[in-house]
Amino acid sequence: MAEKFDAIVVGAGPSGNAAAYTMAKAGLKVLQLERGEYPGSKNVQGAILYSDALEKIIPDFRYDAPLERHIIEQRMWVLDDESYIGTHYRSDEFNKPPYNRYTIIRAQFDKWFSEKVQEAGAMLICETTVSDLLMDGKRVIGVQTDRLGGSIYADIVILADGVNSLLATKAGFHPELEPKNVALAVKEIHFMPQETVEARFNVNGDAGVVIEMAGKITKGMMGTGFLYTNKESLTIGVGCMLSDLKQQRISPYQLLEEMKAHPSIAPILDGGEMKEYTAHLIPEGGYKAIPELCGDGWMIVGDSGMFVNAMHREGSNLAMTTGCFAAETVIELAAEQKPFTAKNLARYREKLNESFVIKDLKKYKNMPDVFHANPQFFTAYPEMLNQAVHKMLRVDGVDKKTKEKQIMANFKQRRSLFGLMGDAYKLWRAFE
Amino acid sequence: MSANAKVEEKLFQNRYRVDSGHPHIQIKDEELCASQCETRQCTVCCPAGCYTLEGNGRIVLITDGCLECGTCRIICDDYRNVAWEYPRGGYGVLFKFG
Repeated sequence: MAEKFDAIVVGAGPSGNAAAYTMAKAGLKVLQLERGEYPGSKNVQGAILYSDALEKIIPDFRYDAPLERHIIEQRMWVLDDESYIGTHYRSDEFNKPPYNRYTIIRAQFDKWFSEKVQEAGAMLICETTVSDLLMDGKRVIGVQTDRLGGSIYADIVILADGVNSLLATKAGFHPELEPKNVALAVKEIHFMPQETVEARFNVNGDAGVVIEMAGKITKGMMGTGFLYTNKESLTIGVGCMLSDLKQQRISPYQLLEEMKAHPSIAPILDGGEMKEYTAHLIPEGGYKAIPELCGDGWMIVGDSGMFVNAMHREGSNLAMTTGCFAAETVIELAAEQKPFTAKNLARYREKLNESFVIKDLKKYKNMPDVFHANPQFFTAYPEMLNQAVHKMLRVDGVDKKTKEKQIMANFKQRRSLFGLMGDAYKLWRAFE
Repeated sequence: MSANAKVEEKLFQNRYRVDSGHPHIQIKDEELCASQCETRQCTVCCPAGCYTLEGNGRIVLITDGCLECGTCRIICDDYRNVAWEYPRGGYGVLFKFG
């Protein structure tokens, strides 16, 4: 009696929607299950949408997707307790369509994306939590939901259930997540009039600014902060590796409170009304932490597969791309009338290997280890940099040559010449 | 203590549908938290402050404000003493913005 589908997709985030959309469009009978009240109601992100990945799936998404602001300026700040030193890059090139990236409100965006998925022909059932995978030996043959008589069968199950994938972990598809491979980010959204946002960031129309921050706001922990402009709100957040939070015994919301009180940040938020507080784990383990991605009757896409480029703050584009590749693999195998065995599904991994997804993650494969082993990048260096600039900018009758000597002496005292060269080498090797 | 007061103010902004009588997270062995766990990371790192250390050394867990991030499950890696499930379909936190 139980109905059978060509494919079941667990989750209606960017990776699940990309997968379900692509398969439904190709005419497959697709069921998508979402545990939230509506797609997006359980999802959290910074949130930046990189247009390229979505454009490949829905070329004209710009006409009706709920987008906040297109980004024309990126700031990177390195913060000390009272100051920051930073770079701002603004280009009018980014202010001309087609825009490269946007800020979005995930609850709205995911709902819109899901409507497209349903228009393409997939069936969506919300308020339904998948509790288990149904197995026939080693092969996945369907899912068990928390609804009455909730066994549903399919030829292939795509796990797009997010970073905290209980299903994949329970089934033994990937090992338990380790604190050193995930960052915990907390975030708030602050509403203020559109004119205030635009005046504070020197933008108009739909243009926007993002600020990425590193330095003492994370108290020596590996992590970053961010502040993004939406149409009439700002999102501000901070994320650190869970292993560091655990070791240093720091509460994440305390960290966010202190960040909001920083003298360079408080005036930006002044007068805003906080309307939501969220938290989310980010899979930042990188290339070395990618689990098995497919087996008999199953595939993993998005956050569940560790597809986040922590160095460049990219995630949703990797999610959509992996969702697409998984779907294309299913479509191809179905057309060739080949079964969804681990061997045949390995084509998914090949597609990933040839794309920016694996190439980028591979490039930074040593980055997490380098930062874990060298906390000075998040403590001593931000301080040293800020102090150096402060010294050079303060006009106080001391000649510049003496100031240079003092700065160098401070650098050597803090890290030694050997240490400085070593750090530069480590960074260079990690970025190579 | 002021930090705890603050997190409650934050959580007040969020929307929830509480599944009364069905907490989706449970401490497996309360005795273990009280007698063996020295770090009690859950009381520090949970972004919703769901875990509180009582005066008698016991941990009290109230999941009503849970943000469903999974931190407590991952961070309790010395003892794996947290039984963690996603809330039943439709229940739990409902993000307006996300």
